[in-house]
Amino acid sequence: MVTRGFTGRRQPPETGARLPPGQYLTQDFPILQIGPNPTIDLATWEFTLRDGSRPIKSWSWEAMLALPRTRWHGDIHCVTKWSKFDTQWEGVSFDDLLADAGTAAPTDFLLAESYDDYSTNIPVADLVGGKAMIALLYGGEPIHADHGGPARFFVPHLYFWKSAKWLKGLRFTKTDTAGYWELRGYHMYGDPWREQRYIGD
Amino acid sequence: MSSATSAIEAPAPEPLVFHWHEAEVAAVTAITPTVKSVRLRCAIAGRQRAGQHVDVRLTAADGYRASRSYSVASVPDGSDTIELLVEGLPGGEVSSWFFETAEVGDRLELRGPIGGSFSWDGPDGGPLLLAGGGSGVVPLLAMLRRRAQVVPDLPAALIYSVRSRAEAIALDELEARDRDETNFSLFLRTTREGEGRRVDAALVEAALDRVGAPGKVFLCGSNRFVSPTADLVVAAGVPPAVIRTERFGA
Repeated sequence: MVTRGFTGRRQPPETGARLPPGQYLTQDFPILQIGPNPTIDLATWEFTLRDGSRPIKSWSWEAMLALPRTRWHGDIHCVTKWSKFDTQWEGVSFDDLLADAGTAAPTDFLLAESYDDYSTNIPVADLVGGKAMIALLYGGEPIHADHGGPARFFVPHLYFWKSAKWLKGLRFTKTDTAGYWELRGYHMYGDPWREQRYIGD
Repeated sequence: MSSATSAIEAPAPEPLVFHWHEAEVAAVTAITPTVKSVRLRCAIAGRQRAGQHVDVRLTAADGYRASRSYSVASVPDGSDTIELLVEGLPGGEVSSWFFETAEVGDRLELRGPIGGSFSWDGPDGGPLLLAGGGSGVVPLLAMLRRRAQVVPDLPAALIYSVRSRAEAIALDELEARDRDETNFSLFLRTTREGEGRRVDAALVEAALDRVGAPGKVFLCGSNRFVSPTADLVVAAGVPPAVIRTERFGA
């Protein structure tokens, strides 16, 4: 179905090739979240890896800072249709976190859980092998609370709602278990290149 | 709201699937120098909760498509249309089509309504505190329209920050509600005329004094508006769990 009089604003080819379907390029860094920024004190900040309800290991802020670092440079894509190019992040890779915990992933899925009671599900296969990190720096600086600091999940090959802000832990689940938005009609996987915005896409 | 724990234990909900539907422009009316009311005739009219949005998709003759999200301003009213309030943003790929090209009878696609978090209905209970910046008032307008339909005595207040009265969306309607409706108060702040004041702690306190402890707080606008306003509401003692935000732009 064609809409009369609509021509659209085509991207230059070099931009278009980097934009997943339905996305547009933004220069700013829009902010989307369900509520206010939670109050987080680094003195009591704690990150916990869990297998279901069983804690595997917890890290204080100092302990997290002491882990090996990974840097990532590239493009991020939000389900609300903006994409931002050439962002730089630094943090602790999922692989290094598991290594420090002395464990392999006990299940094939997990929920990333946040200080504001947000959660989102990701398959473990999408996190291992350098594909995800606990991000601690954005553009070389501590991550502003508006963007999920002090620590946010970072899974850049999926829509950015999977990169949970104000991360407080990762919980392995036996099955792929819907998180906050996935319970509200958003896609269980969220691949921007297949435009998986909502269930059924 | 669903905590992480209840998400694990909750039974699987009915899957929500958002299909694309054809829609037809039923009316286009300028309501401010920068905002037009667009009525769309569509199959999903009447299904929306106040505060939800729809995705609109336009397709060019060569198949190129663009889609954007718009809050629904109308509430289920027995008609087969929904109302969007579209701001004519310079260079806006979809908004400029609505603003400059759209005429009655034009066809497009939409899907939704979308957004369970930023939505409200009468049975949700408790006083309502609303705060909108600029066109962020649109989903809040829907909530006030719904309140008038189903719980007209519910205490409610709207803090509305806008550059000037001329740019305020639905100002006549909001001032009439403030005058005529029991227990509703409008707190208008113009940032670029009069005293040019922004929302501050005193204004948030005044609005909270009027409504009492809110059952829900909804904040919508640019992040420059929403982030400091959310902090003010939290500082005034409102539990963060009752505060819901929706933001656009930088």
